[in-house]
Amino acid sequence: MSHGGVSELRKKNLVVIGNGMAGARAVEEILTRGGGDMFEITVYGDEPYGNYNRILLSNVLNGSQHEHEIFLNPIEWYRDNNITLHVGVYAESILRKAKCVLGQDGSIEPYDKVIIATGSRSHVPAIEGITLPDGRDKPGVFVFRTLDDCREIAEYAQSCRGRAAIIGGGLLGLEAARGLQNYGVQVDVVHRSQHLMNQQLDAQAGAILKATIEQMNIGVLLSRDTRMVLGEDRVTGIRFADGGVLQCDMVVMAAGIKPNAEIGARCGLKVQRAILVDNQMRSVDDPDIYVVGECAQHRGHVYGLVAPLWEQAKVLADHITGAVPNAAYHGSKVATKLKVMGVEMAAMGLIEAEDERDEIVQFTEPKKGTYKKLIVRDGRLAGAILLGDISKAAYLLQAFDRNTPLPEDRLTLLFDIGASSKKLSVEEMPPEMQICNCNGVSKRDLLTCTKNGKRNAKAVMESTRAGMGCGSCKSLVAEIVEFACGGEIEEDPSIHYYVPGVPFTKPELIRICRELNLKSVSSVFRVLADGKEDAASKPGLASLLNTIWAEEYIHEPDARFINERVHANIQKDGTFSVVPQIAGGVTTPAELRRIADVAEKYDVPMVKLTGGQRIDLLGIRKDQLPDIWRDLGIPSGHAYAKSYRTCKSCVGSEFCRFGVGDSTSLAIKIENKFKGIDTPHKVKMATAGCPRNCSEAMVKDIGAVAVEGGKWEIYVGGAAGAHVRKGDLLCVVDSHEDVLKYAARFMQYYRENAKYLERSYGFVERVGIDKIRAIILDDEEGAGAALDAAIEASIAAYRDPWEEAYTAARPAEFASTLSTIQ
Amino acid sequence: MTNTELDVTIGQINVIPPGEGRNFDVAGERIAVFHARSGQVFAVQAACPHKGGPLADGLVGGGILICPLHAWKFDLNSGEALTGSCSLKTYPVRVDEEGCVVLTVGGSQH
Repeated sequence: MSHGGVSELRKKNLVVIGNGMAGARAVEEILTRGGGDMFEITVYGDEPYGNYNRILLSNVLNGSQHEHEIFLNPIEWYRDNNITLHVGVYAESILRKAKCVLGQDGSIEPYDKVIIATGSRSHVPAIEGITLPDGRDKPGVFVFRTLDDCREIAEYAQSCRGRAAIIGGGLLGLEAARGLQNYGVQVDVVHRSQHLMNQQLDAQAGAILKATIEQMNIGVLLSRDTRMVLGEDRVTGIRFADGGVLQCDMVVMAAGIKPNAEIGARCGLKVQRAILVDNQMRSVDDPDIYVVGECAQHRGHVYGLVAPLWEQAKVLADHITGAVPNAAYHGSKVATKLKVMGVEMAAMGLIEAEDERDEIVQFTEPKKGTYKKLIVRDGRLAGAILLGDISKAAYLLQAFDRNTPLPEDRLTLLFDIGASSKKLSVEEMPPEMQICNCNGVSKRDLLTCTKNGKRNAKAVMESTRAGMGCGSCKSLVAEIVEFACGGEIEEDPSIHYYVPGVPFTKPELIRICRELNLKSVSSVFRVLADGKEDAASKPGLASLLNTIWAEEYIHEPDARFINERVHANIQKDGTFSVVPQIAGGVTTPAELRRIADVAEKYDVPMVKLTGGQRIDLLGIRKDQLPDIWRDLGIPSGHAYAKSYRTCKSCVGSEFCRFGVGDSTSLAIKIENKFKGIDTPHKVKMATAGCPRNCSEAMVKDIGAVAVEGGKWEIYVGGAAGAHVRKGDLLCVVDSHEDVLKYAARFMQYYRENAKYLERSYGFVERVGIDKIRAIILDDEEGAGAALDAAIEASIAAYRDPWEEAYTAARPAEFASTLSTIQ
Repeated sequence: MTNTELDVTIGQINVIPPGEGRNFDVAGERIAVFHARSGQVFAVQAACPHKGGPLADGLVGGGILICPLHAWKFDLNSGEALTGSCSLKTYPVRVDEEGCVVLTVGGSQH
């Protein structure tokens, strides 16, 4: 493609007036759009520096950052990009007819396009005595706006070491106050309004902030209208409208900003508070003059914060370079964070409810300095104030900015319930932070993956393998993907399905399979998925059909994970582990001897006690399994399946001097009742003979704890693996029989309602213990009898899978390799 | 490296139950052969390129194979890795008129 002849012959002249954050940002955005080839760029900046980050000035004042750290573009940057910089030169006027800009130094720059980015200056209220009689600034009076201001303030403060008054209790004033304290000055903040930061905070938050600021030994004077700066040749105090006087040695003006719009007014552009612009960031009067930043007024708004300025600079650059010819700015949503050491504050949007649609969610704890208020409109965030604890700020900011629907549970908007208060927000996490600890996937890996086009959590997990190990990071992965995709996350409908390959939820699937008599996994694919098999969906379907049909279920081994096909747990080298049943952890010398004999006979590489009070024989080849089962003569311990696993117990009242209940025989009854029952994920149980809980029953999927008086507490939804959770108390009963009854009913409810691979802890949290109690105990939905009957049918259908040692199931089931014919 | 192709009849298709796979040692290589419920047969290297998992013990469906150890997924036709990055070596395989599975080895497969 040939370049346009005009730009080859003569680049257009672009003159930028103002070298603050807006001007420099606009130039950067133009350069990234190839503007360096279109324009000869000239910049006027009246400060004698390159461009620096004004927002960080308060850090320079408080000493947390050095001057050189806040420079964005040093002088060399302009040279490298062929930009002519009139440094330290004030641009006086724009001659619109002659199309040139006049500098105060006599320079004349002809233009095709101009960008006005003159920013703003400190608003200095009409106060008597700011200047000396000869018109010079009175020593000790400062504004806080530029790097030079910053230096002068610091120098003066260090030399006087007295008292400073900050006029203005807004963002800038508070930042200046805290910064000045570092120079050993006693600081008072003087504010005209009735509460601090009245632009961002309501009265209640303002009052809490005042208390916090005062605790930092900064004085706060509210409703004080400063009328006069006292002192003959230097500042000695200020006087208020009410006649009161505050003694001080220096005064810092931080009472807001005043847009530098004069240059616009002088050349005849419409100016109200600032220069009026259209949606392309051009003066409404002259399409060749663009205006950006604090000197621009768009639809009545003048933005004094950095985020809107970035947005404006982008639109301007898109339009002026023609990169996006119809680029338009539609205003910004404004959010503020206070950068004052020791104060955490974030605010966005509305301060008060505006009409009856607005719902207020609020929490206050004044003594701790905590205040949280949200204004919710039509399920979306219209405003928020967070003070003291801003752990939810990143999340809320995103919800506010993107106008995304809020979760129904409003409490989660204010707090991370149950999570450590130190938890990092997704936004704050460093890119290198490892998110998936099983597969070593970092936040950066996830972000890269979404950038490469994977737009939902499932696709990202499949691609990066994050969340595919123990699964405990899945929700975090989903959050990060959502964060990375912004509003453009793709809904993956299959997350609502029971298994991804069959488009129905679990209740739908149960109903349809019952109605259509679908009893095998292959029939489900044939009838409900257009004959299209999905490998990953098979085990979940097999588990569900077994739950529904019990004895009538048509077992198809290929639908099962290898563990369930060969009734042993596959290990990293493809060998298997064999765990015989030891009910309740109670064994006999004879049984131990048999196990020992088998271990010796087959030269078992490792014999290990399991966490579930059993004995594990590890490193068994598949072809050895049937022989070992025969020689053991003990039923399967089911230590390999998504099923009931085992029931731990303590010695209980039989031997323990503290035991108040017979936990061992209860555990044996539990084992005999539930052995081999298929469940959505593994179910581990325990019984404890007293509240000392040596068998850790409270962190089991189902646990029973004996308490004095012959009673048993039943806990459900406990966990102590990838996730740690204390179980919820389901009920207290007074017999072994009732423990078995309610455990069975809970187990069946879990079987019928949990998602595949959803552990009981997730299930109980999702459904809620109250609802589970209502169904299991109070039989509110009248499902109790059906649940009981269903689990009894499954129990009746049980047979020990290790009997396959005697009845070879299928050809070559256990062969490591088959021999070929020729 | 030989370029001579060798056809090996490994047995009746029904020695592999529908939907499952079995290992065969052929001409010094261990090969996993799968008998999909659709009737198709596939043959790939026996060990998963990730951590050596026994692929014949994996789950099969819709032309996809899932390794039993860490659930890596592969396209059975092409051997292409659908998760992770290492692909599988595949072997031409067919069922002849007599219902026997015939595997071709020693060709210039990738």
